[in-house]
Amino acid sequence: MLAYAAKRLVVALLVALTVSIISFALLHLSGDLAQSMAGPSATAADVEHVRKAYGLDRPLLLQYLDWIGKALRGNLGESFFLKVPVAELIADRLPITLTLGVCALLFALTLSLPLGVLAAVRPNSWLDRLALGLSVLGQALPSFWFALILIIVFGLKLRWLPVSGDATWAHFVLPAVALGYYATPAFMRLTRAGMLEVLASDYIRTARAKGLRAPTVLFKHALRNAVIPVVAVAAVQFGFMLGGSIVIESVFSLHGVGYLGWEAISRSDFPVVQAIVLILACIYVVLTLMADMLNAVLDPRIRVR
Amino acid sequence: MAIDSFVSVDEILKPERAALLRSRIFGHTTLAIGGAVVLLVVATALLAPWLAPHDPLAQDLGARLIPPIWHDGGDPSHLLGTDQLGRDYLSRLIYGSRISLVVGASAAAMSAVIGTSLGVLAGYFGGRVDLAITFVITTRLAMPVVLVALAVAAFVGSSLQIVIAVLGLLLWDRFAVVTRSATMQVRALDYIAAARAIGASTARIIASEILPNIANALVVVATLEMAQAILLEATLSFLGLGVPPPAPSWGLMVAEGKEYMFFSPWVITIPGAALFTLVLAINLLGDGLRDLAAPENRA
Repeated sequence: MLAYAAKRLVVALLVALTVSIISFALLHLSGDLAQSMAGPSATAADVEHVRKAYGLDRPLLLQYLDWIGKALRGNLGESFFLKVPVAELIADRLPITLTLGVCALLFALTLSLPLGVLAAVRPNSWLDRLALGLSVLGQALPSFWFALILIIVFGLKLRWLPVSGDATWAHFVLPAVALGYYATPAFMRLTRAGMLEVLASDYIRTARAKGLRAPTVLFKHALRNAVIPVVAVAAVQFGFMLGGSIVIESVFSLHGVGYLGWEAISRSDFPVVQAIVLILACIYVVLTLMADMLNAVLDPRIRVR
Repeated sequence: MAIDSFVSVDEILKPERAALLRSRIFGHTTLAIGGAVVLLVVATALLAPWLAPHDPLAQDLGARLIPPIWHDGGDPSHLLGTDQLGRDYLSRLIYGSRISLVVGASAAAMSAVIGTSLGVLAGYFGGRVDLAITFVITTRLAMPVVLVALAVAAFVGSSLQIVIAVLGLLLWDRFAVVTRSATMQVRALDYIAAARAIGASTARIIASEILPNIANALVVVATLEMAQAILLEATLSFLGLGVPPPAPSWGLMVAEGKEYMFFSPWVITIPGAALFTLVLAINLLGDGLRDLAAPENRA
């Protein structure tokens, strides 16, 4: 187990390092930063001045080493636009994005676990088909559009829920639904498949033969084992949700990391963009590492592969 | 001369191949529905200049936000109404299908080439090559797609070509994952050993033994990625960094209609519904093709 964990950890670190290089290179090579910072009306002298002032005239490798060296010590540079340390900006905004992500994940799980269990108990019933149909429809739904429809229906017409800002828990309901529904089909299918497999196993037959009540068998004996793969996938999906929150945050004016990223992109605030890409990637790497470890603990066969 | 010397009795009694295929296709509703809708959208895109009643870019500030024909105050010359600049919504919707299809097809083709090359190499050679390519795939998965695509589009300058290139370079992961495992399975089969035994080169084995045998999986992934690319293009355009205005991208139409959505909800419901329908149809087509390719996996 230790050897497996060490190996996975090394790979995770390498991935994080590679992402940092790629995101750095991508932003540096995709245009003249000094030019976009100075603005379209700047003279050549202005652009040169900006280039010098921000150290953009140094070789790329030197700029990268400087940036990553500081980043490792928690210094992500200073925002070009807001003139505040990037680390502070992100620390301010991260709780909102994490709250949104957790709410979205909870929404997805509370919807998909019961549906998946019911679909497995009665395979090919109308309920199973309905659940499958919903998941097919859900995957074709553009999230930004779904978010706007939610705003029109529940915010503007029915006036049940607030549609912008992050003042109360109620503010997170619609964004969580808009962000979370996309993960429900995957969770539901996994739960259904896991339950079908577990329900066919001998120990469930034994539990039933002992005369245990159906709900006890279903939720105490079966679901516990069926839910293992769902937990691992949930960790990965959570990472995707944080990355995808940029769309939802901009629709609902939630000032989280995604919104910050969008603002930073539109005003060429390049240290902020770079830091957000790096941090989101690192969170994803940590989450997948945790999912791998969880799988390895629960299923010893994985460790020797 | 007896007729059966031309056509064997077996040949006549056996169902015709085309009929068999037809029954498999139409016996499968998802494939039929998905395929029909996709064909319809493709036809609309190709025939756009003849189908569209107006110029999609022509503004008429005297005819702003006319509702669709089924609402009060609808105008028969604008079946789906007009937008905030008085442009005919039906014409914009028709021309918008071109953007979605071109982005979807080109980005899927580009990512197919990248992903399949990586996946086949990893699956065929295994060992260190596989380790290296798996690492590349893992790294790609760790990058937040929307954020990176937005950032690149913003710094390079957004255009249709840039959107296609960015999506093509970002969406190859599923191709790589699927072709890698499919290649691994095919590689272990006897006919690969046979091909090697008669002295076929690696390139030849990959081109004429491996690729044809993983083609089914490739087609299914291609439909999924096309749907994904269409959704992402709309998302980028919605956020203002995809296809630049005044092009009638469906995502951009939703973004432009956002301010008017309370009193004129159709400005966002119509392009969004079009997007939803197209993506759903492509997904259904993909599901249907998967069943056609592997009927034993039918749920």
